[in-house]
This record gives sequence, C-alpha cells and structure tokens, in this order.
Amino acid sequence: MDGLAHQIIAGIATGGIYASVALALVMIYQATHHINFAQGEMATLSTFIAWYLVTEGVPYWLAFFATIGISFVIGALIERILLRPVQNAPPLTHVGVFIGLLLIIGNATGWIFGYTTKVFPTPFVSDRPLMGGLVSAHELGTTAVTLVVLMLIFVFFRYTKLGLGMRAAAYNPRSARLVGINVGMMLALGWGLAAAVGAIAGMMVAPVVFLDPTMMLGILLYAFAGALLGGIDNPGGAVLGGFAVGVLENLAGAYVVGTELKLTVALIIIISVLLVRPAGLFGRVVLSRV
Amino acid sequence: MPALLEVRGLKAGYGPTHVLHGLDFDVDAGGVTALLGANGAGKTTSLRAVSGMIRTEGEIRFQGESIAGQATEAIAQRGIAHVPDGRGTFMELTVEENFRLGAYVRTDKADVQRDFERMWEWFPRLRQRWRQQAGTLSGGEQQMLAIARALLLKPRLLLLDEPSFGLAPLIVQEIFAIMRRIREESGAGILLVEQNANLALELADRAYLLETGRIVVSGLAAEIRQDESIRRSYLGY
Repeated sequence: MDGLAHQIIAGIATGGIYASVALALVMIYQATHHINFAQGEMATLSTFIAWYLVTEGVPYWLAFFATIGISFVIGALIERILLRPVQNAPPLTHVGVFIGLLLIIGNATGWIFGYTTKVFPTPFVSDRPLMGGLVSAHELGTTAVTLVVLMLIFVFFRYTKLGLGMRAAAYNPRSARLVGINVGMMLALGWGLAAAVGAIAGMMVAPVVFLDPTMMLGILLYAFAGALLGGIDNPGGAVLGGFAVGVLENLAGAYVVGTELKLTVALIIIISVLLVRPAGLFGRVVLSRV
Repeated sequence: MPALLEVRGLKAGYGPTHVLHGLDFDVDAGGVTALLGANGAGKTTSLRAVSGMIRTEGEIRFQGESIAGQATEAIAQRGIAHVPDGRGTFMELTVEENFRLGAYVRTDKADVQRDFERMWEWFPRLRQRWRQQAGTLSGGEQQMLAIARALLLKPRLLLLDEPSFGLAPLIVQEIFAIMRRIREESGAGILLVEQNANLALELADRAYLLETGRIVVSGLAAEIRQDESIRRSYLGY
C-alpha cells in the first residue's frame, strides 16, 4: 500500500514538470497555432545556464531567478529574430524552423557545456523523512514550485491588463490591432514567458534525471501527451493532463509495463487521444452564432 | 479649418489587384460621411486603408497629420476606432473583457469607468450579458458590442463597416438610433459604409458614391437624397 501511495506521489511530482512544459507548449500554441518542438531544448539550455551560474558560486535562488530572466530574453529574441520573418509562411515552414531550432540549440548546448552528464543541485533538502518517508523533500518542493508558477500564470492571464492583451492578440490579432495592441510585442512576450516556464521545469527536473543535452527529450514527449490529453488549446486542461500523465506513467512503469517501456505509455496516450478525442478531455468548443 | 479626416488620391488593393483608383473624401469633426455603393465598389477597402490594414498610396491626413503607412495599432492609438466587416468582436472572451479591450490604450481610469456606465445605459442588453462569452450573443447584440468596443477607445473618428449587415429591420433601426446619439453626444466624426443607402443618407451630412474603386457622385447627403436620377441609377430605390 505504501508502495502505491509513493508511486502516486512521485507521479504527481514529475507530473508537475510535465504540466509546466505542457503549459509552455500550450501558451505558444494559443498565440501562434504552432507546436514549438524546440521547447525542451530551450529548457535544457536554460538549465545549463543555471548549472553554470551555480558552479561559479552564485547562490541557488539567485541563479534560479537570473536564469528565468535570461530565458525570458532568449525566448523573446528567438521570436523576434527567427519567427517574425516567417510568421505568414505555411505551417511546413514553421515545422522546419522548429526542427532546425531544436537541432541548433541542442547541439550548441552540448558544444558549449559538454555532453557528460552533470549533477544538478536541488534547493529542497530535509534531514527528516517527510510524511512518513512517502515523499522526498525535492518532490514536495518541485510540486510546490510548479503550483505557484501555474497560479501566477493563471492570475497573470486572467486578471492583468497585459494578460488580457496577450489573450486578445492570440485569439484575434486583427481586432487586437484595431484596439491599439501591438500584436508583435505580445507574441515576443508570449515566447519569453513560455521559455521562462520551461526553464523552471528544467531546473526542477534536472536533479532527478541528471543534466545532459538530451535531458528534456523524453519529458517533452510526456508533456506533449499531457497537453493533448487535456486539450491543446486549454491551459488548465494541459496542466491537469500533465499531472495525469505523470501519475499514469509512474503507475504503469511500476506495475504494468516496467520502467523500460514507460515512454511507450506517452506515445499510446498521444495516439489514443488523436484517434478518440482530438480536442482532448477539456478542449473547449468555441460557440459562435452568426 | 481642415476636415478631421482628409483623404486625397487614395489608391489601394490586395497584392497585384487594385481596388481603389484614387479617391478623395473628407470627414468633418462631429459629422457623418457615408460611403455608398454596390458590392465590390471598394467601400470596405477604403476603411481598411484609413486604419492601415492594407498598403496604400496617396494622402491620408487625420487632424492635419499624415497617418498613411502607419501601423494599425498606432492609428488606433491616435483615436481612430474601426468596427470592421464581420464586427471584429473577440468571440472567445466575455462581454466585460471586450469592453476592457476597447479601452485598452486609455490611461484615464476614472473616465473609462464612466464610459462603461454610459455604454451600459446605451446598450442595456450588454450589461445583462456582462460575463457571457461574446460568441454566444445574438447578431444584434454582437453588433452593439462591436460598436461599444469601438466607442470605448474614446475615438475622434469612428469607422463603421455595414453596421446593419444581416440584422433584422427593428435592430437596424435601433442601431441607427444609437449612431444618431453617438453623433450628438460624443462629437466624434463618423465614416460610415452602408448598403442601406436610404438609412445612411438620413444620418449622413456628406456622401460619396463609389463604383469600382472610383467616386462617381459626391455631395451633401440631403441633396443626393433629393436627386431622383442618382437614386434611380445608383441607389436603386
């Protein structure tokens, strides 16, 4: 029984990581209707930046927030420099750009920081067992950070003027311009935010999976499965989907297919959702009377 | 005194296709100018040209300054509000959020609140649907929301593209009554594109008749309304 409870809790902890990356995917999807395949590589690069800062002696939390800031700028710059010129190009062009971006960032990361696996520190340590040893301090801390991030994002989009402007630009760019919103600026901000969220996910998962240039490859797949499961156009659904995939993956790995086939679970989820319910569990059907 | 909006030699089109072949028209402050004409005459394109949604040639001056070639959002920030064809409502967002977006670039918070209240008085049905998704409103309600959204910019110039399109006659009457109020109470100039020439000429003080991208008749709305030969040959009533 303890084993099961532990698997579920560990699943929630990793699910939080998937939820963050899924949220980053959905944010860019909502703004541009494209899936950013390079989201994982961008997060890995961010995590390496944090690792570099920490090994240079910067205190963890300072490095944490500095990395978020740097990642935001990198994300916004990628939009400005690489995606702006092709914004009206057909979808295949975007797929090409995203794959190129994935390869370039992935290889650049390896070239700069090396391909050897590195240990990444966690700020969450406890000398006593928590909840009767059911959960590690890092799992608890990761879940808390994820929930805080998700809440901040929700509040930002729901209750701030800038958040409203970004939603308006995503839903209806033409009308957004007519009310005076700089849509290009909103897109760059959206990319920056997504990169920042991805960076947090990377820094939270690195202590568990260890840091190397391909760290996020599997995680992106789980996150994508979570985003699809919850509904690719629904941020809240994607977050729930991320948590659900985390728990499912952990339980299936422990009791059904074994750890070696865990990644297959993500693929099965993706295929099943696309076959049975392409809009996802919470995919919103927009009502429209004319 | 120059007009609020002065357009001279306006040419525009989509890609290689030219739609406007050199238009001259004016909108006075506090006045209503109607652009009339059949489908494909270039009415909607003229409005898009003024708010910078397409490439143009020629002069467009607003309050004496050239706005030709500026970005749409910059033109909106100068005080030109545009209710486009298809209304341009944010369907996925609530009525309240559409209101807030209408006033997005304004910084005078207290005045914005007063304008919200004024819009609630003018369009009581929008207040009833305050937290509802805009896409679920009826056609007439959506048109009202589109006009309210545009007015919340506190515009000096309002561009209206076929506000009567697809609406029941009673609703059309209601919307034109509101446009009369806008003219009287807000002091903004209105550039109105309309298929319903009869109604438009009643409201307008200046009118231009377009045919395939050229102005064929221009003058005071009252005179055009009286002129039987124009009515017969161009307006069909």
